[in-house]
Amino acid sequence: MNILVLLKQTFDTEENIVIENGQISEENVEFIMNPYDEYAVEEAVKIKEEIGAEITAITLGPSRTASALRTALAMGADQAVLIEWDEQEADEWTASNLIAAVVKNRDFDLILGGNMAIDSGSGQVAIRVAEKLGIPHVSTITKLTLNDGTATVERDVEGDVEIVEIQLPFLATTQQGLNEPRYPSLPGIMKAKKKPLKTFSVEELSLENEDVTTATVIIDQYLPAKKQAGQILEGELQDQVSELVQILQNAAKVV
Amino acid sequence: MGSTTDKLIKGGAFVIDDLDLNRMFVPEDITDEQKMMAKTTEDYIRKEVLPHKEELEKQDLELTKKLLKKAGDLGLLGADVPEAYGGIGLDKISSSLITEKFAPAGSFSLSYGAHVGIGSLPIVLFGTEEQKKKYLPGLATGTKFAAYALTEPGSGSDARGAKATAKLNDEGTHYILNGEKQWITNSGFADVFVVYAKIDGEQFSAFIVEKEFVGVSTGAEEKKMGIKASSTRTLILEDVKVPKENLLGEAGRGHIIAFNILNIGRYKLAVGVVGACKRGLELAAKYANERKQFKQPIAKFSLIQNKLANMAVRTYATETSVYRTVGLFADRLDTFTEEDERDGKKVADAIAEYAIECSLNKVFASEALDFVADEAVQIHGGYGYMSEYEVETIYRDSRINRIFEGTNEINRLIVPGTLLKKAMKGELPLLQKAQTLQEELMMLMPEQPGVAPLDKEKYLLKNAKKIFLMVAGLGAQKFGKDLENEQELLSNVADIVGDIYTMESVIARAEKSLEKAGEAKSEHKLLMTEVFTQEAFQNIEKLAKESLAAIEEGDSLRMMLSALKKMTRFEPANLIEKKRRIAASVLAEERYTV
Repeated sequence: MNILVLLKQTFDTEENIVIENGQISEENVEFIMNPYDEYAVEEAVKIKEEIGAEITAITLGPSRTASALRTALAMGADQAVLIEWDEQEADEWTASNLIAAVVKNRDFDLILGGNMAIDSGSGQVAIRVAEKLGIPHVSTITKLTLNDGTATVERDVEGDVEIVEIQLPFLATTQQGLNEPRYPSLPGIMKAKKKPLKTFSVEELSLENEDVTTATVIIDQYLPAKKQAGQILEGELQDQVSELVQILQNAAKVV
Repeated sequence: MGSTTDKLIKGGAFVIDDLDLNRMFVPEDITDEQKMMAKTTEDYIRKEVLPHKEELEKQDLELTKKLLKKAGDLGLLGADVPEAYGGIGLDKISSSLITEKFAPAGSFSLSYGAHVGIGSLPIVLFGTEEQKKKYLPGLATGTKFAAYALTEPGSGSDARGAKATAKLNDEGTHYILNGEKQWITNSGFADVFVVYAKIDGEQFSAFIVEKEFVGVSTGAEEKKMGIKASSTRTLILEDVKVPKENLLGEAGRGHIIAFNILNIGRYKLAVGVVGACKRGLELAAKYANERKQFKQPIAKFSLIQNKLANMAVRTYATETSVYRTVGLFADRLDTFTEEDERDGKKVADAIAEYAIECSLNKVFASEALDFVADEAVQIHGGYGYMSEYEVETIYRDSRINRIFEGTNEINRLIVPGTLLKKAMKGELPLLQKAQTLQEELMMLMPEQPGVAPLDKEKYLLKNAKKIFLMVAGLGAQKFGKDLENEQELLSNVADIVGDIYTMESVIARAEKSLEKAGEAKSEHKLLMTEVFTQEAFQNIEKLAKESLAAIEEGDSLRMMLSALKKMTRFEPANLIEKKRRIAASVLAEERYTV
């Protein structure tokens, strides 16, 4: 069984976001594997432990991204692929084109990826990859049972559970609750060093120019406005009401 | 191999030599793989241990064992055990990072530290092949736990004054051990104890004693000021039959093991302290931003900022000098073949070379943490005195660090003592250098340091080394062999040497950063280096003055003081302003930052 895991490297969840010259500063920032992608890696490793599998972790980004792949290898993936991408973050269009180009020449029975990236909030890349490969996909899964050539999948639908039967090969995006991702053990980290990590340049993937040109443009980035302290009105009820109306009309300008 | 060894930095050589920047390890050199190991430890502590902190503080030893086993499953207990014996045999930087990351777990980290450090290492380093095969796989994976039993009610610092005895039985198969060992960390749940006793009341030796041996028992848990999660009991040995194969190392050579394990215990203590300092700083910074008085966060008050900056500077200084020291072992161990690595005695020697550095780190780190913990409580005000706040625990837990692994007083005395021994053996040309300096002192002219970043700091460091040679040289000249009775003087010399080591470490780290990352990205390191260096230098000046007055008198005293004055003349920087800037970064990040 061949399992491909798509993952992204993101800011550590505890990082403060600093914007400098309109760009998010990466200075002194710790990077981690996107937490939703950890569920995907864990699920793949569990399948490997139960029935045996060859796991390939795939990502794109600058060279620092390799450390997210090493984490996947340390958790139990067998090999990794890094698509070199040094420019501004690839949008869903570009990222899915690049990944699909790597995936289409490989044997796979199952593709797993996190259901969204915690940094950009994007949840499209994996699903676009499935579309490009022409395979079925099922999103936000919380349980995966493999049968002979098919799978039974439970997915989270706004708090309810939907059960889906699906034919292999397919792609699934993983949701919290699917499993409890392991930490890479120290022996795992040591072994990861010796596992193959292949790097592709964008040119090697021989894609059309438009496929690797981002289709979206970031016009501006800014931090959310600081929350103002609340205001408690005091005095007679009558006065409070008229003060409130006054504030809503003139200060907040909502009525 | 001989030529490689020659190039290695000698222990204690820093007091006279100039440092080759490329030879110093700095935390910025930590590799991705090492970071990953640190992160696994951090995640384990955050997710598995911290949710149980309250139960651990109530000394739930079953829970302690369970959590340690989990650490074992992740490989966290096998870092210092070679692969051949069931461990992972990591480099010393990785193993130190793991120790540092355990610190936020409070005194649970002591249970861990006593097990992997002083408990397991005597067997790793001095065990026979059979002993290693028998005990290490269990210890490295957490199916068995270890403790170290050296101290007795009547022998603490004077470890060789132990009263516990061992006597070979008539059949010659077993040693019969009798005695009481006190304050034994992990004693409540350990399966294996490394116990020191004197064969026939004379030959100080180490033994591996299993909990299951008949006659082994432990006393009641001690009631302690802090480190309450850890188990501390008396180990009682009553006619315990210990197979003679369980003699660790050679009969009568127990002091060699004790000395080496203490060295390791000292640097590991310092590494753990780095983690605790960072935690204290983080808690204090967060609280200062949160707590409002006079309608604003107390972080806005510059006196609070000043405290945070002082805490940050000491944390930075501790981290830098501790990892420099670990880097020294790592360098030496890098030259080892696989076979060497399995030869524990060689490993122990590589670390023992840096006994001076280990003692300096132990003293500096434990005092830095006491300072940081104290100020963290102060920033919390009345809340800091309340047990619900973590800083209260950190404050109580900190105090023991100045006492165990050799009191700071003993460690201070070790520094000049060892330096002198090295000088006598011809390993360090201290006496020659002191001689040359005396001639130089006569025609000393005050100098004007350059204005480039770190010029002044390097100038102060150069002079600090001269001041050390002056004070130590004059002291040795005046008191000769009796110098060992002048403990105050020796302690002053140790402090001067310690300040030199730390100054040099922070200057080199900042300089490396300047070279690699440029001035803008090194700003915070430069600020902390400037602050530390100036304050340490002023401390050296004070210590030197007090020492000179105790050594010389009359005209020669006046002459020496005038030389000291020339060497200590410099224009002080505005530290108040620099500390405000340091605090600004700490408050923005709400954690230790470089």
